[in-house]
Amino acid sequence: MTMFTIAGSPHLHGDDSTKKIMYGVVIAMIPAMLVSIYYFDFNAIRVLLLAILSSLFFEWVIQKYLIKGPVTITDGSALVTGILLAFNVPTNLPGWMVIVGALVAIGMAKLSFGGLGKNIFNPALVARVFLLISFPVEMTSWPKPMPVTEGLFADVITGPTPLGVLKEGLRAGDSISKLQSELPGYVDYLIGQMGGSMGEISAIALILGGIYMLWKKIITWEIPVSILVTVFVFSGILWMVNPEKYIDPVFHLLTGGLLLGAIFMATDMVTSPMTRGGQLLFGFGIGLLTILIRIWGAYPEGVSFAILLMNSAVPLINKGFKPRRFGVKPGVQLGS
Amino acid sequence: MGVLKTFVLGGIHPEENKLSSNAPIEALPVPEQAIIPLGQNLGAPSKPVVNKGDKVKTGQLIAEAAGFISANIHSPVSGTVLKIDNVLDMTGFRRPGVVIKTEGDEWDENIDRSGDLITEINYTSEEIIEKIKQAGIVGMGGATFPTYVKLMPPPGKKAEYVIINGVECEPYLTADHRLMLEKGREIIIGTKILMKALKVDKAVIGIENNKPDAINHLTELTKNEENITVVPLKVKYPQGGEKQLIKAVFNREVPSGKLPIEVGCVVQNVGTTFAVYEAIQKNKPLFERVVTVTGKSVKKPSNFLARIGTPINKLVEAAEGLPEDTGKIIGGGPMMGKALPSLDIPVVKGSSGVLLMREPESHRNPESPCIRCSKCTNVCPMGLEPFLLAKASKVGRYDIVENEKVMDCIECGSCQYTCPANIPLLDYLRLGKNKVGNIIRNRRKK
Repeated sequence: MTMFTIAGSPHLHGDDSTKKIMYGVVIAMIPAMLVSIYYFDFNAIRVLLLAILSSLFFEWVIQKYLIKGPVTITDGSALVTGILLAFNVPTNLPGWMVIVGALVAIGMAKLSFGGLGKNIFNPALVARVFLLISFPVEMTSWPKPMPVTEGLFADVITGPTPLGVLKEGLRAGDSISKLQSELPGYVDYLIGQMGGSMGEISAIALILGGIYMLWKKIITWEIPVSILVTVFVFSGILWMVNPEKYIDPVFHLLTGGLLLGAIFMATDMVTSPMTRGGQLLFGFGIGLLTILIRIWGAYPEGVSFAILLMNSAVPLINKGFKPRRFGVKPGVQLGS
Repeated sequence: MGVLKTFVLGGIHPEENKLSSNAPIEALPVPEQAIIPLGQNLGAPSKPVVNKGDKVKTGQLIAEAAGFISANIHSPVSGTVLKIDNVLDMTGFRRPGVVIKTEGDEWDENIDRSGDLITEINYTSEEIIEKIKQAGIVGMGGATFPTYVKLMPPPGKKAEYVIINGVECEPYLTADHRLMLEKGREIIIGTKILMKALKVDKAVIGIENNKPDAINHLTELTKNEENITVVPLKVKYPQGGEKQLIKAVFNREVPSGKLPIEVGCVVQNVGTTFAVYEAIQKNKPLFERVVTVTGKSVKKPSNFLARIGTPINKLVEAAEGLPEDTGKIIGGGPMMGKALPSLDIPVVKGSSGVLLMREPESHRNPESPCIRCSKCTNVCPMGLEPFLLAKASKVGRYDIVENEKVMDCIECGSCQYTCPANIPLLDYLRLGKNKVGNIIRNRRKK
């Protein structure tokens, strides 16, 4: 007798999968990867490969020998974490530090929480902050971008990031107009001519990746747009109050890790809220904290801290922000 | 035409695959033996009123409604009652049914078998409702809720509109589409009968835009009908759900836990409307229906007019046989239909289609961890959070499941269709609904 499959409905499945999403993110990161290889040549490749391979290795070794469970290194999530880790460190970081970062990202921030889907904090950001606190000198010595066309194997010159220049200058009592004459221009920020972590230097490359992910429906607009709008509005208000003390909002949008964070880190599905309202609040919080830290904090850059802080608020946000239920008057549902 | 109407929350766009939309309705031969399950409708199974050995005519009552939410069943063939015994039905269980051996095809003499179109409606509202009840008509879109009950609004509630559901949003199915093309006049008269029964003076027919021929045909037929409007709708699943259809057409939201009558609407499927026409104008009870037989490997995707009780294998034979690569047989559409264990299962009142799925598409993909992408939440037409309901059901936290409105779930399957981690979300939601349903019933008893 012929046997037929029995299962509950639905009997159709769309063509989406975790793998597709993860590899989609990888494709979206290609422009930023190419830009960093263009400016930092072999060092960028070295850091990328080290971060990817050690992330995959730690995922494999921990899942196989420590957890003794299924090994999921092909699902693409460790690959994404590896690339993001590389994006978040300077390209002249000693190799062993990159490896330590991968161990922290995969071992501590991801697998110790239960693996894919269960971590509270973005693994690559946990690793970045761990490295920043543990190795503050190495993590803040940024190589100057040097196009491959201007010669390979040139001596690496290090310098501060634009945000670093700004913070130090303001501390020393310089005015914005004086500092701006020392800083690169907006076109440089767009194409990647500024000091910074490997993946954050080119705004155009990051935005391209963001558009790709929006098109492929890997991310939705709520989180990146709410972060960028908050940063723009908040820093814009300050700038209008005193343009000699606070730099203009476009500078804040284009420098540091803001675009990398808003497009690739804060949008991490696992560590962001589930509903549109929650995502808007999440983005607002990140934008607000970023400017607070950048302007009044001890660090010149605050995106990573802002995202991690808001990551910790996600369970609470999910409780407060429910989707609009069909047939239930808005507002009635809250607090039930 | 401007912007097409549709519902707001969620929804998906599965591949339509309407392979049989150009196949005219074909009457299938009367089966040699009819297997008639007694539990064909939502509510109580019917009670048999014939005995083994009795002679019955086509259209003769063989089982009567057992309670308010139940329905009469009429013999789909003429012949001798072979046995009243357990038969394999849609659910895969053996449950009580009547088996009749066919001898000729002698119809009950009250049934008007002529092809004449009878436009005059000579009955009062009460008479119509009673006749629909006697004819054993149930919702033929698949839910099989007794139709006459829907025509009797509870005290204090008043219907304003009849909505005829010609959406047919399930992929593959075309039975309603063909019926609208071939029995358009009857459906319009059926609509007027329903309007009269409910004492309303307005009706709309909602049809998705992927059936332009049906939209044009019915628009043409209702050109002189001031009170019946055809509303083309943007294609989006599950628009055929009552609540989604009302939202799409009138922008009214049926409150959570309530019925469409709460917002003045009564929704009837086009197949049901046609059956109403036949019952009222032709004295013909519900014993046959249009069934789509389809699938990517099916040689001749078809729409058959089949007697209730015809084993599905007769339909498959008529569609030129079971394809070798068949892995799953679905009674109904691929989104909400039931997987059937055997081809011996008969056509029932709620059978809208038989879908033969190919072997490679018959299996679920391996499940992986939830990555909290929130796609299930975004596609849920009821605004629920399937990931949360599934997880809470899995660990037995039915208090959360109830608070998060699992009972609003219409089981459309959009969440599971969308889930990139292949989590069987609807399985868990059904579990949650079942448990919470029991909890609510027990609470009421106390």
